[in-house]
Amino acid sequence: MGCIEARGLRKAFGTTIAVDGINVRVEEGRILGLIGPNGAGKTTALNAILGLTSYEGELRVLGRDPWTEREKLMRDACFIADVAVLPRWMRVWQALDYFAGVHPRFDRAKAEGFLAKTTIGRASKVRELSKGMVAQLHLALVMAIDAKLLVLDEPTLGLDILYRKQFYDSLLNDYFDRSRTIVVTTHQVEEIQDVLTDVMFINRGRIVFDCSMEEFESRYLEVTVNPEQIAAARALKPIHERQVFGRSILLFDRVERQQLAALGDVRTPSIADLFVAVLSNQSGAAQGGAR
Amino acid sequence: MSTPSNTVPGSPLESQVTAPAVITASRRMYWSVRRELWEHRSIYIAPLAAAAVFLLAFLTGLTLSAAHRHEPLDIPYEFAAALIMGTGFIVGIFYSLDALYGERRDRSILFWKSLPVSDLTTVLSKLAIPLVILPLLSFAIAVVTQFVMLLLSSAVLLGSGLSVGTLGARMSFFHMSLMLLYHILTVHGLWYAPIYGWLLLVSAWAPRAPFIWAFLPPFVIWGVEKIAFRTSHFLGMLQYRLTGPVPSTTTARSGNLMEMMSALTPVQFFSRPGLWVGLAVAAIFLAAAVRLRRYREPI
Repeated sequence: MGCIEARGLRKAFGTTIAVDGINVRVEEGRILGLIGPNGAGKTTALNAILGLTSYEGELRVLGRDPWTEREKLMRDACFIADVAVLPRWMRVWQALDYFAGVHPRFDRAKAEGFLAKTTIGRASKVRELSKGMVAQLHLALVMAIDAKLLVLDEPTLGLDILYRKQFYDSLLNDYFDRSRTIVVTTHQVEEIQDVLTDVMFINRGRIVFDCSMEEFESRYLEVTVNPEQIAAARALKPIHERQVFGRSILLFDRVERQQLAALGDVRTPSIADLFVAVLSNQSGAAQGGAR
Repeated sequence: MSTPSNTVPGSPLESQVTAPAVITASRRMYWSVRRELWEHRSIYIAPLAAAAVFLLAFLTGLTLSAAHRHEPLDIPYEFAAALIMGTGFIVGIFYSLDALYGERRDRSILFWKSLPVSDLTTVLSKLAIPLVILPLLSFAIAVVTQFVMLLLSSAVLLGSGLSVGTLGARMSFFHMSLMLLYHILTVHGLWYAPIYGWLLLVSAWAPRAPFIWAFLPPFVIWGVEKIAFRTSHFLGMLQYRLTGPVPSTTTARSGNLMEMMSALTPVQFFSRPGLWVGLAVAAIFLAAAVRLRRYREPI
């Protein structure tokens, strides 16, 4: 059984189709990055997974229907919607008391341990904390829950780089243990590239790209082509070409590394570059179809 | 409102247990109500403030009358109770209107929904505040206030050498408290249920300005009925709901509500169809509020 299984998942708001029949299967123990432009349907898809919105199609999360069994699902799944949703009036000790009061898998000592590494005081109100500290608090609460699935929707939005780095470091070092599954969306793709085990691109409500990071690294190569060899490089059918400081950088799919090494500097592309390539090809194809 | 097992969530014993703790429905309810009290401190501050202001005014009046050697005041016990309960009622109205609207406005609903607490538990815990917590709290504060008044007036009267005998002529203190509790449980706890149900429903639904959405529709219905049919059944219905389950024949303007209540025995009260119709309407409003909370997204 996959951790998340969706078949033909669809969600429309009036005439706007936010999620357009996606099929997804996320296995246990993966860290999936869901990457997409604004309005691509990421948050809607995650909301459906978390039982926050109704949907059409089939969806099972940890073997449950999230829409009808949200309460039960939340014993084994938790999420950080974004840093701004902790109630502003709440004091840190109240959050700890409340979690211990209602969550069967919350380990209070563990949360206290995480908080001890920060400068957050027990009596502080959320409104008195900086944005970075609120994120630390929320992460400490969530990491103390022995959950099978953690969903993070733009968890580091608006945080400075130090907090962002720290956030993912503690997530990996103190939380992830191969039996948990994490789904994360973010615009700071490059920061989580090393963290992910799988990556998925979503655009206009559809999954346009889906692969594991191992496959990603073996399939895709980026070459900064020597100017005199540009014609030879283009003959190998790059999936994307861009110019940086007057030099052409070509992105190849399933082309031998030795073959490319002769043309210039070869390296693994960033997810962000592949994302741009996939999306611009897609819109190009769409325009081609329209013509 | 708490059982001993509820009060030790953070004990070392419990946090060392690795197997998931069993969280009973009553424990989730207890913590949900507690969190409402954390968030809305006016629930207990407002009635306490009303009591304090009243006692201050009472003491001033008492000292003045003693200084001028007037006859002792007719001690306004019932007025004290009415003031404190009225404050509780007003707090309950504003609380209910904000209960399911505020969490959508500040997006914290996403946080609450990330925890294993059902929409039903959440809405019921929010209903418990105006229907159970506020009345009981107001009752406790009112009884303590009345007791302090009794002590103060006895002391002042003794000090000024006037006869204390007039105090004993009043309804006995215990009987008065019992009447107050009866009034609170019947009127505030049961009779007003559809009012709070309506407010919670509006709070769960309103895209903005829940206050207007709560009070405009009744006003419009009243106006339409008045103009179209030249009747005012709706207004009468509202009045009946607000003034309490007392037969209109005995609703003499002079009598106060609590004295009228004493005329209504529990058997009479529970056999009034108005009570059961009200509770059924409240249940419908609440079911709708629970459903809306599931569907509504942050504003």
